[in-house]
Amino acid sequence: MNRTVAFFVTMLTGLLLIYSTLDFPPWGSPNQPGSLHVSPRYIEKTLEETKVPNAVTSVLADYRGYDTMFETSVIFTAGVAVMMLLRRKKDG
Amino acid sequence: MVRDVEDVIIKTIARIMVPIMQVYSLYVYVHGHISPGGGFQGGCIMAASFILLAVAFNLGEAKRRLKEKAIAVFCSLGVFIYAWTGVVPLFFGGNFLDYSKWSHILPGGEVMARYYGMAFIELGVQIAVMAVMVSIFLDLVTAGRHEEVLGKDDDGFYSR
Repeated sequence: MNRTVAFFVTMLTGLLLIYSTLDFPPWGSPNQPGSLHVSPRYIEKTLEETKVPNAVTSVLADYRGYDTMFETSVIFTAGVAVMMLLRRKKDG
Repeated sequence: MVRDVEDVIIKTIARIMVPIMQVYSLYVYVHGHISPGGGFQGGCIMAASFILLAVAFNLGEAKRRLKEKAIAVFCSLGVFIYAWTGVVPLFFGGNFLDYSKWSHILPGGEVMARYYGMAFIELGVQIAVMAVMVSIFLDLVTAGRHEEVLGKDDDGFYSR
């Protein structure tokens, strides 16, 4: 019973996610919001604003530094979660 | 569970490969500024070198080089370095992760301070990724029972 419910909930969530992607702009479209003002700004102002010769590094470490910090925390959390789930004491 | 296979070719190649992989991982980290690479990739290569040690020799060999306590410390140290690289600029009136404020502490002006700041956060990412990868690998292959599989942690236990 529980497995059936879980299966339907998973399917429903998946279908909702797929349905929501239908509203996305087409792949690589030049008119999508990200291409209109974010990407040109990164490409044009990288050297001026961050003094980094590589645009990828400037986005990863400077413009999106906060994002990268929590990526690191996610990895840390994954390690701690595996430790908590799998590690046993010698007796237990 | 942990069986030691006596294979001269595998052990010799692993012995040669491990230092090369570790130097290469440091290269990927240091050169990540300009070329593809950085903390995540460098940390994974570094972790792969320890996993190669564990696969080619045995788990005790890998744990002798990288103690379990050290892994736990490195996991948190990486995130610690990253967070404090962001917090220190706050003391000098900047925003969180505003690397140019590091020029108050480090020599070389604002441009070099940005370089140092990014090097610090990549170092944090490298340490955290390396430690977490090795930690997850050890937990998975021993099902969390390091001590039963390997004996005591600190006396350099060999299964051969």
